[in-house]
Amino acid sequence: MNTLSKSRLAWRCRRGMLELDYLLQNFINTQYEILGPADLKAFQHLLETPDALLLEYLMGRTIPVDPVFCDVIQKIRAAVTY
Amino acid sequence: MSIPRKRFDTLVIGAGGGGLRAALQLSQAEANVAVVSKVFPTRSHTVAAQGGINAALANVLPDNWHWHMYDTVKGSDYLGDQDAIEYMCRAASHIVIELEHAGVPFSRLNNGKIYQRAFGGQSQDFGGEQAARTCAAADRTGHAILHTLYQQNIRAKTHFFDEFFAIDLIKDEEGYILGAVILSIETGEPYIIEAKTTLLATGGAGQIFRTNTNARINTGDGMAMALRADIPIQDMEFFQFHPTGIAGKGMLITEGARGEGGFLVNKNGERFMERYATHAKDLASRDVVSRSIAIEVREGRGCGPKGDHVLLKVDHLGADVVAKRLPGIRDTVLTFLHMDPVEKPIPVFPTAHYTMGGIPTNRYGQVVAPLGQGAEEPIPGLYAVGECACVSVHGANRLGGNSLLDIIVFGRAAGNDIIDFLKENRFHRPLDEGSVDQALSRLARWDQRGEGESVDALRQELQQTMEDYCGVFREEKVLQEGVNKVKAMEARLAAVRIQDHSSVFNTQRIEAMELENLFDVALATVTSALARQESRGAHSRVDYPERDDEHWLKHSLFYKKDHRLDFKPVRTKPLSVDSFPPKPRVY
Repeated sequence: MNTLSKSRLAWRCRRGMLELDYLLQNFINTQYEILGPADLKAFQHLLETPDALLLEYLMGRTIPVDPVFCDVIQKIRAAVTY
Repeated sequence: MSIPRKRFDTLVIGAGGGGLRAALQLSQAEANVAVVSKVFPTRSHTVAAQGGINAALANVLPDNWHWHMYDTVKGSDYLGDQDAIEYMCRAASHIVIELEHAGVPFSRLNNGKIYQRAFGGQSQDFGGEQAARTCAAADRTGHAILHTLYQQNIRAKTHFFDEFFAIDLIKDEEGYILGAVILSIETGEPYIIEAKTTLLATGGAGQIFRTNTNARINTGDGMAMALRADIPIQDMEFFQFHPTGIAGKGMLITEGARGEGGFLVNKNGERFMERYATHAKDLASRDVVSRSIAIEVREGRGCGPKGDHVLLKVDHLGADVVAKRLPGIRDTVLTFLHMDPVEKPIPVFPTAHYTMGGIPTNRYGQVVAPLGQGAEEPIPGLYAVGECACVSVHGANRLGGNSLLDIIVFGRAAGNDIIDFLKENRFHRPLDEGSVDQALSRLARWDQRGEGESVDALRQELQQTMEDYCGVFREEKVLQEGVNKVKAMEARLAAVRIQDHSSVFNTQRIEAMELENLFDVALATVTSALARQESRGAHSRVDYPERDDEHWLKHSLFYKKDHRLDFKPVRTKPLSVDSFPPKPRVY
């Protein structure tokens, strides 16, 4: 899988639910430049998850089977500020 | 410049449930259909509809479409068109069975029938006992419907333009809509889609407000395209708010929190709902709680450094109750605020949820406007369905479970009417080059270089202004100031510049055009809200606290040109049953 550009990835962070928009867009806007290639690949892969399941993952209600997702999900959650 | 042109029988703009249901009807009838969507179709906002879809199947409790109709008319505060409401409620059972056959995995009862849950505003026997009318696929009904319809469309060979943004409609001098100019987000290249019929299904416009529950794609694109094509939009003053969204972020904290014993406090720790609703207190109706929160903040009793929210306390309920009865709320607060509601109160503010108004249509999905002969003449070749449309089945307020029903019933109805239109209109009309040029100039405007205001800053200012001056606290002076401010801000649009002028995935340019759309819709909303001097449904005026059927039992129509308002009567005559005349609305 080729790594997509930031703007292309950012557009794929536009989802059908505000909760996902908030988490994913905040992550890419604040963390993209400091992400390593492995994280970037995992993130890109994660974006292919259907919205309802992605919400379960990101809200911590379901643990993904694929362990590479777990790390990037933690980073997405940690990037939320208040 | 030579622009690629493609021809279809029907162009559907928007790939949520309404657009996909119409597209499916058409593709199955072997029409040549294009669906244009700015995001991948299964990421449309329909996925966020968790509650379910209403139909009087009577699987759990006795039910009847006529009782459903009564509830919908009453819920609309008598502003809904009763012919469209009758049509929708009668069609509902058939529509749900059809969805089930298409593959939607509805939750079931032990006897194998579709499970139905009770929801607010549903009654048996015209206002009697609670009904159970909402069919659900667990808590992801919208998601299941959207995915099913998408797969069925793939099977029916609907042509998808994913990640394409619709710039404007193409219209000829006789008023026919001939398709649209669209933009490939990937390449930055414009395309002309010529179509004998065009269906707008672009969803709502929650993004006009700072605090809202909507996906960020909900920028009112279809409504704004209609306005720019000299078509009015209807009843825009009616916007459904939920009293408790996470302050500044919008995510919904459900009523369950207060139902389980949670309550609201201001900066002095005062349980202020006791002052506004002596008996019901924190369980008063949504509009009362929303307005009370707004008043506390306006009068300087808000919390936080900016005093811009109140606090919802559930910490006194104890960890066990919160974990057992409010797990979803706890997850939401932990995720978005990094705090535990078991330990600290939740900052909340009313959050904008659903656009009742939209592009005026009849029950066939045809877009209708006063063109000179009558109040509701069809615009040839143009259709609209779903939250971007106003048919109007929700009137002044929408009932839970009726939005998914609306998109599926009228998506299908529009598909059927388009099939008839195509039989009588077999050829493409000549393309109107002037209209194409106009759409392209909207795109070219963003090639201007240099320093200027930023899209982000102006959008945030617009959203904040709409929240402050056209939110849940509405009165003459505040709304007039809102109109003035939004107009002044709109004038500044010309000075906005984007810094990215590349072609490939230039999302700045898309966001700039979305901002233009937000301005058109925001101005329609605040202007219509100022005009309506009564309180009805979701539109609540402090200075006109009563419903006024004598003067205001009518739909508003806002035109972009001169920001003119017009009105048309409510269709109070149903198709086959007696009218439900306006009565005081008591729950």
